[in-house]
Amino acid sequence: MTEAIAATARWQSCAIVEVATRTSAIKSFFLRLSEPFDYTAGQHVDVRLTAPNGYTAMRSYSIASAPSDSKVIELAIERLPDGEVSPFFHDVAQVGDTIELRGPLGGHFLWPGPSNKPVLLIGAGSGVVPLMAMIRYRKASGEPVPVALLLSSRTWGDVLFRDELLELERSLPDFVLALALTREPAMRRTDFSRRIDGRMVASVAGRLPVSPGCAFVCGSNAFVDIAADAALALGLEAGAIKTERYGA
Amino acid sequence: MVTRGFTGRQSGSELSDRIPPGQHLVDNFPVLTAGPTPRIEPADRTFTLKVGPRPVKAWSWSEFNALPRTKMTRDIHCVTSWSKLNTAWEGVAVDDILADAGLTAPTPFALAHCYDGYSTNVPLADLAMGKAMVALKYEGQPLPRDHGGPARLLVPHLYFWKSAKWVNGLQFTERDEAGFWELRGYHMYGDPWKEQRYTND
Repeated sequence: MTEAIAATARWQSCAIVEVATRTSAIKSFFLRLSEPFDYTAGQHVDVRLTAPNGYTAMRSYSIASAPSDSKVIELAIERLPDGEVSPFFHDVAQVGDTIELRGPLGGHFLWPGPSNKPVLLIGAGSGVVPLMAMIRYRKASGEPVPVALLLSSRTWGDVLFRDELLELERSLPDFVLALALTREPAMRRTDFSRRIDGRMVASVAGRLPVSPGCAFVCGSNAFVDIAADAALALGLEAGAIKTERYGA
Repeated sequence: MVTRGFTGRQSGSELSDRIPPGQHLVDNFPVLTAGPTPRIEPADRTFTLKVGPRPVKAWSWSEFNALPRTKMTRDIHCVTSWSKLNTAWEGVAVDDILADAGLTAPTPFALAHCYDGYSTNVPLADLAMGKAMVALKYEGQPLPRDHGGPARLLVPHLYFWKSAKWVNGLQFTERDEAGFWELRGYHMYGDPWKEQRYTND
């Protein structure tokens, strides 16, 4: 892992080849790598913007696309009202622009690889991005690993990758999808209309054929604490629960 | 390479010499961890000093809290790119831990070990001479759990993953042995002013 990262962590210029509006606050940016790299679902890249006077701003974004032969990776970026980099992406960046990034980075929040133990994914808002890379990889690889995703969003319209997830729920064997809406009634019988709690996590984990072998949790600090404690209550070891918390 | 249309939110000049390259200021105090936030029962709170595999001294929680206290107010810098200025800490200086164990310069390197299995490596030169402490209080209050309470290492001049949360021991080593993130692609030393974020930076 260390060698792989060390060999590929150079800055490179990438062209924005497509921009897709995902929700009212989230857009996907498809970037063509000039130096393609192999990565594992769950990893991130660092993006660096440079002002004319040399000032730079750097942020980390999880990769939403599954590892593949494509030279194009997808970053799904939420526009933070007080942000510095995300408003640039939403308001300024266009197809054809060049962005500097380096990656793949992160050697912990990683799809576990071949295993028959189910994987429990718990995300909030744009925290689904690295989890989406895992689900897409699970589909593309055909690994027979049952996966459950519990995704908390404010409203039905805020559910990132909603239509793709609904389609995967129909087409992908052993994929369990549960949506929790915090500001709207649930749209489906199997969903929830409240904030995450231990009972909700246990209910979703219970829809897997057997207990999960590991859990990945990504979201705000408060969300991750509740979800990680709930995963511990399922009987998972602390070391089998990997978390990513939004930074600043 | 200049990014078309980007000017950024550049800090005032009076602060810019305190913000390392690639970093931006925050007013809040973000929480980042690799796993669940541990609950450490009072009976399990100990601190152990080792040289190599050999335990040199172990303190109970009350013994550790009775060691001399040091305060420091420092700027801190997280590798995820946030920096926070003027953070106020109180704890036990590594110098005072060594002195209480009767050690002066054990070995050139150390690993900090934590209740949750986390570890990180720091040279002795970056721990001693008043540079680092085991912090017990933040802004005058007992350290909150999600910021590493009851005790975290504080090495403020290095990227903040070196300031290991939920620390329960220091192990001095002859060689510079990689810890948790250092084994997973992050830099062995982590100087924010040299942007030593990842292995070969």
